[in-house]
Amino acid sequence: MNLAQREPSPFKTYDEPERRRWMSSPFLAGMLFLLPSLVLFGVFLFYPMMRTIYLSLYLIDTQGEPLVFVGVENFINLFQSSSFQTSAKATGLFVLYTVPIGLILALVLALLANEKVKGIGFFRTMFSSTMGMSVAASSVIWMFMYNPSIGIMNRLLSGIGMSEVQWLLDPQFALMSVAAATIWMNTGFTFLILLGGLQNIDQQLYESARVAGVSDWYKLRKITLPMLSPTLFFVTVVSLINSFQTFGQIDILTKGGPMESTNVIVYSIYKDAFINYNVGSASAQAVLLFFCILIVTVLQFKLTERKVHYQ
Amino acid sequence: MSLTKKIVTYTLLASFTLIMMFPILYAFLISFMQGGEVLQGKLWPESFSFDNYISAFEKVPLLTYLLNSLIVSTVIMIGVLAVSSLAAFAFVFINFKGRDILFYLFISTMMIPWEAAMVPNFQTVQALGWLNSYAGLTIPFFALAFGTFLLRQQFKTIPHELYEASQVSGISRFRFFYKIALPVSKTSMVTLGIYSFLTAWNMYLWPLLVTNNEAVRTVQIGLKQMQSQEISTEWGVVMAGVVIVILPTLVLLFLGQKRLQEGLTQGAIK
Repeated sequence: MNLAQREPSPFKTYDEPERRRWMSSPFLAGMLFLLPSLVLFGVFLFYPMMRTIYLSLYLIDTQGEPLVFVGVENFINLFQSSSFQTSAKATGLFVLYTVPIGLILALVLALLANEKVKGIGFFRTMFSSTMGMSVAASSVIWMFMYNPSIGIMNRLLSGIGMSEVQWLLDPQFALMSVAAATIWMNTGFTFLILLGGLQNIDQQLYESARVAGVSDWYKLRKITLPMLSPTLFFVTVVSLINSFQTFGQIDILTKGGPMESTNVIVYSIYKDAFINYNVGSASAQAVLLFFCILIVTVLQFKLTERKVHYQ
Repeated sequence: MSLTKKIVTYTLLASFTLIMMFPILYAFLISFMQGGEVLQGKLWPESFSFDNYISAFEKVPLLTYLLNSLIVSTVIMIGVLAVSSLAAFAFVFINFKGRDILFYLFISTMMIPWEAAMVPNFQTVQALGWLNSYAGLTIPFFALAFGTFLLRQQFKTIPHELYEASQVSGISRFRFFYKIALPVSKTSMVTLGIYSFLTAWNMYLWPLLVTNNEAVRTVQIGLKQMQSQEISTEWGVVMAGVVIVILPTLVLLFLGQKRLQEGLTQGAIK
């Protein structure tokens, strides 16, 4: 680049002030700094998303090439298929099972780990440990824990005199079992972010509260939670989106079964696209997933906008 | 803190630690058991033998998988740090027309579930000839809105006067970015680095799609391969595989977490 500047340009020569103005143009500088992100988002996010929407409106051959424009037919087929209805229900329930409990658990852990007692570093590390656990490794462990004959879950149940459960094979329990495993897997990350948020709260607020002699409960409600609200808002959105995107644990634990009871949307897309070679259906589902997440995120922004306390 | 409160706090801390750590400890213990002990549903192995670990390495090319995962995760981490910090800098320090629109564009990327775009992405990577390559496994993940926002929050804490002063004294934007903004944001960079490394190591769906030979397969897919081959017969070997896979990231997390806390404490003191 330096070389090019030294050589006389055949197109246009800039005199020094003009060149400096050009270099210091905020627009150009801004775009240069953003260029890598913009290119990557363009190629690997916006283009494929547009392409997905495009494919969802076509009849697609098994090679993934669009044949005929069919409008919303893929969507109509989808809504009429009982398989998709099951999948939509499974996804909704899964979000409902994992997000609120996961957040509360991580918040409790973060509040506990924010106490200034001896050896707290050890507990913080332990609480965040699942962040270092891959979804594949975690799923294999939970698969063993749920093993009907030798896993710990059924041994605990029989230990307290209850009848054994086919955790992953019973359509009634499979989704909940996967959800429990998922909550555990996600706790480490949520905990770490919330702990970071707690530690960023100005200590003087607590100091003043201590001088004023208010109760712990009051401090939690009037200082901690309001000051933590931007972080809470952030982790809620992230957890929701994560939950919609669940795949690995389904693939390893249940493969969408039994009776499609755990066939959550991303697994269903994967199966349609890469196993059944039905790209039209997969694309239509992907578009619906996109709109679900869009609506959820926009709603969250709108709802929390005024209630969240930003510093 | 009163004694009662202390006791309650420690009891709660200990019980939650037990709950959170149990699956990991369980995997660890099972990995030392012999076939018979596993089937009896024991909790504690009679003896700690490394037989399962040896068979794990013999049954699947675990070392190759581990190395692949290490390469992929490191490359993604560096890519994310570079790309996100550049973008975050533009959003905080460079005031240009259209910045707000681009910021909304970045926010909008968080609303696009990556999985919704995976079919065309697969076709793109295939067309580029990137199937079964490190490029295909890493480059699509370099741009990260979350990383940009995280660093943007951090860059915002750098006094704008400092930037203006540097502009007046003729220091280029990139120099300010490189010499001042990045060094003072070390803690956030470490946080983001650890985060991106761990998520890359954790990746499952994409490697499953774009790799089908052992030369580039990551360790997560290796684990799935192991589990589906060995199921119900040799859980001890499978768990040995699990322990091998989780050890590097757990160690990184334990080390990194300390660093993270030091950073936070330093920030609090100064």
